[in-house]
Amino acid sequence: MYNQKVLDAFANPQNVGVIENADGEGTVGNATCGDIMKITLKIENDVIVDAKFQTFGCAAAIATSSTATQMIIGMTVDEALQVTNAKVVEYLEGLPPQKIHCSVLAEEAIKKAIEDYRTKQQNKSVDKTSIEYV
Amino acid sequence: MRIYIDHAATTPCDKRVVEAMLPYFTDEYGNADSQHYFGRDTAKAVADARETVAGLIGCKPNELYFTSSGTEADNWALKGVALHNRHKGNHIIISAIEHHAILTSADWLENNGFRVTRLPVDSTGRVSPKDLENAIDDQTTLVSVMYVNNEVGTIEPVRELADIAHKHGALFHSDCVQAMPYIKIDVKELGVDLLSMSAHKFYGPKGVGALYIRNGVKLDKLICGGGQERSQRGGTTNTPLVVGMAKALEYAVTEMEENNSRIAKLRDRFVDRVLAEIPYVRFNGNKEHRVPSVANFSFEFVEGEGILMLMDFNGIAVSSGSACSSGSLDPSHVLLAMGVPIEVSHGSIRFSFGKDNTMEEVDYTVEKLKETIAKLREMSPLFNLKTGGTYNV
Repeated sequence: MYNQKVLDAFANPQNVGVIENADGEGTVGNATCGDIMKITLKIENDVIVDAKFQTFGCAAAIATSSTATQMIIGMTVDEALQVTNAKVVEYLEGLPPQKIHCSVLAEEAIKKAIEDYRTKQQNKSVDKTSIEYV
Repeated sequence: MRIYIDHAATTPCDKRVVEAMLPYFTDEYGNADSQHYFGRDTAKAVADARETVAGLIGCKPNELYFTSSGTEADNWALKGVALHNRHKGNHIIISAIEHHAILTSADWLENNGFRVTRLPVDSTGRVSPKDLENAIDDQTTLVSVMYVNNEVGTIEPVRELADIAHKHGALFHSDCVQAMPYIKIDVKELGVDLLSMSAHKFYGPKGVGALYIRNGVKLDKLICGGGQERSQRGGTTNTPLVVGMAKALEYAVTEMEENNSRIAKLRDRFVDRVLAEIPYVRFNGNKEHRVPSVANFSFEFVEGEGILMLMDFNGIAVSSGSACSSGSLDPSHVLLAMGVPIEVSHGSIRFSFGKDNTMEEVDYTVEKLKETIAKLREMSPLFNLKTGGTYNV
């Protein structure tokens, strides 16, 4: 039911793991539904220099997680926000219809991690301001 | 290397069975209802097959009706009895862990005005006779509970349940599809009024099953057509498959004891090793009332489809009760009915051994299973949350 590209991505997932002291982190999904994805990002000057994931889920969830991390490394955060689940599926040359929802997980996790990154950035600048103020 | 550990899904057709079937495809091809030589020839083969199967389950030949599958037999039993008896009552009772052939037939009846009660099971998958006592009423016309569950291999107390049904004037049907290869059936001893079977579960061909209907039990027809099967089930009798089913059941029964003890040894070694060598694993089933073939496990923190596929990459065929492989979004109704937490049920795999598996295959499967679970857990945020990532097989 899966094409070879999806099977390969599932069999040899890239970027598995967690980045310590990540600049952005996002976890989406829940165990009851059967899929959870956690993504951590290392970001320098708004460019994603590294991304790692951990996923609890089916083969499609793991394949799309791996693919999404590969796609966003090297992108600016704005570019990464444009990576939709449709683009991930396109990169994998398609998923079975009942599996499309699994690819949404990756898109949501990226968005959440970037949101987290931006919140942290804001807090940092707030910290700086307060230091200067003092 | 290819290892098949999915015998509850289907079994290979025994070569001796194939031999017995072959002449009826090409040489003895007559329609069993034709009056000429060709027809008489195959009619004799069908009659012999019917007599054989009937003899092996302790019924009369005229109580046995050939069908296209266990699913058809289940549909016929449920809908046929419920519809025929609707003037007497509109209530039927099944268990919550039935095969989909029963579950969805019951849904169909429910959508057509019948009341359906689905009996719960305990944590090992057993129906309690007490629950049937409480659920049955004077509107109940049929109770249907499977003899052996297909996902966890638990044997149900069919005799007790049948007695309760009869005490209240209801008929009793049992889906015995998963029981036939491992338990010698006697319909009288079992106390059933109707019983479904399917040949491909006992090393026979796919596409043929049967429904036992005790003489005196009346039910509506499902397949209307010609005068086949005593005018109760239309469609030209599939001579080769019917012959194959009889042959397969003959072997299944005569070789049952030997097969059962061989298969149980494989299963026991497998279960012992998995429980000893893989952490965070849950055995699903009943350790006393069970068939020798099935071992169902939930591996925590991972999802079943991933396990199934990595095992498949290693040449090992198993089955997953997880939502993701079944195409629906709901995990196994059997495990949920047994109270397995939903997040744990996602990581469930059924291993079902057969007569041709070997101890070497069992050991190889355990090794590959350990690798597979470790690999998926390394990727799992749940597992790392639970253990802090310190996991070694």
